[in-house]
Amino acid sequence: MMEHVPISHVLIVTSAMFFIGVYGFLTRRNLVTMLIGVELMLNAVNINFVIFDRYLYPDQISGHFFALFIIAIAAAEAAVAIAIFINLYRNIRSIDVEEVDKMKY
Amino acid sequence: MIIFSLMAVTSRRILRAAVYLLFALAGTAALYFMIDYQFLAAVQLIVYAGGIVVLIIFSILLTTHINEKLEKPAPGKVFITAVLALGGFVLTVYALTQHNFVVSDLPQTEATVSHIGEKLLGYGEGGYVLPFEVISILLLAAMIGAIVIAKRKASDS
Amino acid sequence: MSYVILIIALPFAAFVINGLLSGKIPHRFAGWLATGAIGVAAVLAWLTAYSYFFQSTSFEKIIPFQITWLSFTETLQIDMGILLDPISVMMLVVITTVSLMVFLYSLGYMQGEKGFVRYYAFLSLFSFSMLGLVVATNLFQLYMFWELVGVSSDLLIGYYYDKPEAVAAAKKAFIVTRFADFGFLVGILLLSYYTGTFDFAAITDPNHTAFTTMTGSLFLGLSVLTWALMLIFMGGAGKSAMFPLHIWLPDAMEGPTPVSALIHAATMVVAGVFLVARMFPVFSFHAPEALDAVAFIGVFTLLFAAIIACTQTDIKRILAFSTMSQIGYMMLALGVSDYGDQGLGFTASMFHLFTHAFFKALLFLGAGSIIHAIHSNDIREMGNLRKHQPVTHIVFLIACLAIAGIPPFAGFFSKDEILAATLNSSPVYFAIATFTAGLTAFYMFRLYFLVFWNRETVYEYKPHESSFIMLVPMIVLAVGSAVAGFIPFGKFVSSDSQPLHIEMNQTVAILSIVVAATGILIAWALYKKESPLSEKIASTLNGLYRVALKKFYIDELYVFITKKIIFNLISKPIAWFDRHVIDALMDFTATATNKVSAEIKGLQSGQLQHYAYIFLSGVVLIVLIMIFNYT
Repeated sequence: MMEHVPISHVLIVTSAMFFIGVYGFLTRRNLVTMLIGVELMLNAVNINFVIFDRYLYPDQISGHFFALFIIAIAAAEAAVAIAIFINLYRNIRSIDVEEVDKMKY
Repeated sequence: MIIFSLMAVTSRRILRAAVYLLFALAGTAALYFMIDYQFLAAVQLIVYAGGIVVLIIFSILLTTHINEKLEKPAPGKVFITAVLALGGFVLTVYALTQHNFVVSDLPQTEATVSHIGEKLLGYGEGGYVLPFEVISILLLAAMIGAIVIAKRKASDS
Repeated sequence: MSYVILIIALPFAAFVINGLLSGKIPHRFAGWLATGAIGVAAVLAWLTAYSYFFQSTSFEKIIPFQITWLSFTETLQIDMGILLDPISVMMLVVITTVSLMVFLYSLGYMQGEKGFVRYYAFLSLFSFSMLGLVVATNLFQLYMFWELVGVSSDLLIGYYYDKPEAVAAAKKAFIVTRFADFGFLVGILLLSYYTGTFDFAAITDPNHTAFTTMTGSLFLGLSVLTWALMLIFMGGAGKSAMFPLHIWLPDAMEGPTPVSALIHAATMVVAGVFLVARMFPVFSFHAPEALDAVAFIGVFTLLFAAIIACTQTDIKRILAFSTMSQIGYMMLALGVSDYGDQGLGFTASMFHLFTHAFFKALLFLGAGSIIHAIHSNDIREMGNLRKHQPVTHIVFLIACLAIAGIPPFAGFFSKDEILAATLNSSPVYFAIATFTAGLTAFYMFRLYFLVFWNRETVYEYKPHESSFIMLVPMIVLAVGSAVAGFIPFGKFVSSDSQPLHIEMNQTVAILSIVVAATGILIAWALYKKESPLSEKIASTLNGLYRVALKKFYIDELYVFITKKIIFNLISKPIAWFDRHVIDALMDFTATATNKVSAEIKGLQSGQLQHYAYIFLSGVVLIVLIMIFNYT
């Protein structure tokens, strides 16, 4: 189904997605939306793994498993991050990243 | 997918951003379907779309008002970030075009559920039982950690 | 003889029990426990003396108990043990007996004092360390107990630790003796470095080979051995309050009076004499110069202290200076003595140590009895006490006669031997010693007449005779002072453990009696009745009187040396260097770090996105560099 799509095109798409994630991470001030940026980056990398696996080494499906594990880790990371946000919100009534500077020097 | 991603990071309504993220992730799943990795696509849909996005939406609802619009980021900041991100993007694309990928002609290994299961629990060559176990412990730890962190302290209530 | 260990162990056990259970056990129990322990020890000591002196013909060195404590090398090891020879047996008897008397006396004297149990714990500790000191088999054990004695003495001087004077006195005693002990330690190390042993048995063997190398090598014109022995004598001089390390002793009278009796009269201060006696063969054979120094310091101190004693008005201080003077006699006798047949001085010194322990302890206990009765130390506030304290009066008189050297009391015999020994060696020393004997008689009877005769004084408290428990030890000691002189000491104690035949030197005896009687008569004339004569004499000898009253300004001299010279010339520049160079370096490091931190702490904004910016820029930069390097 995708045989006619060259690999570089897919990779350009994923890198675009990655840098969009970076952009989101850097510009947003709400911690939840920053998390969305992080998820985008993770997802882009994930696609990269799968695509390399599919196009370059189709005989061994390692990339596939990497993707699986990354998804699991992303889930764990998201869960912990959101727990932290909720706790933070409870404490300072805000999840603005610029107000989270209590731990500097 | 790109468009959805862009909208996810620029939308000023936070809930919509989350929904755009959902669409971007669903697009990824579609991509997996297109390369015949049905199981991975299903996992992507269930965990990412079903799990993480729901979690995010949930936390958004907990921490912000539904009608609240996010303030616009400062133009200078947007500019610098855009330059940086674009610079990175251009660099990557440049590297991609320079590199000649040798596309393999080997027949594709069947990524059926049973095959994946065998591989995941195999401890011979190409088996993933150790990472599997490690990830299970990590998930457990994350679960407990999340509960502990988010838990209301006894003195709070 | 294995029970000898008990003599030492019992006071220690009493110390441990009283020390650990202080505050938990009743006063009476603690007191009687310690007294009982020392009592049993005293009985055992007398038994030891009996079997040692009367059941064997030759007085060999016996070591009934010994363990190896530290073993450094094959040849150099430190033992703990018990060494019995004539002088240590004699010291055991003296210490346990006087201790027992003082312990008993303290039961009455210290009654109702705060920290009664603590007092007995320290007292037991002191007895233990002193006993351990005299039976030490080697220099190192001796040094250890020496320091223990110093500590317990310090604790007892500072017993009234809420009194600033007592604390200062304790501090002074500790620092001065510590300073002297430093010399002692260096001396021990020097000696053992050359001889390779700490053992007395080996060191005091005249034929020990190691000494030839020591006497051979010279330093500043004297052999190394002489220097080592001088340093050891410095330790002894510190403990025995010899000039110029005597300054702590008068101040040490801040402690309770029984403590003064035990420590600063009868036992601890003679530790220095004991030390020299213990090392006597080494002194005598290999370092006669060191012995000359001992004699000189002894004779100087005895005159010096006696002159000061004539002017003091504090009863305990008079006794303290008289102690110094008497110890000067002992040192002098040791210093002029020879080994073997000509060892009259050695025997005389030990004899005087023995008798002095009795009458000086008695004097202090008597003084304690007086102080207890009228709550004052100042003899100008006393007078006519014989009516109020008849028993104290009698025993005090006995003690005074003994110290003045009037026959048949103990002091006469021992002092006479010392004078005779001195005459054999040096007429000048003899003259000084004899003159001081008169001086001794004078100041003791000045004290006696001022306290017990003189004018009728109105007392704030009605003076009363002391309680029975205090009188008994005094009477026992009085009997001791009266008859101890008849012991044929030369048969038992001599430098080479062979019986020494002593003949009384008639001329010397008569001369000393005459001198002593003159001293007493002068005192009688001046102080028997209230008379202006003494004031007149004091004013004619104005300068000398004032100087002696101020103890020849030795204390001031020390203060001058330490404050002015050491502090200003040495310490201050060092302190300045420390503050302005060393500290400045440190400060510079600290301030520099501070400044740099202050400058760069702005980088730690706490803003997550700033970090991400920096991070991303860095990554982009690195990737750029890599790409352009590869292509």
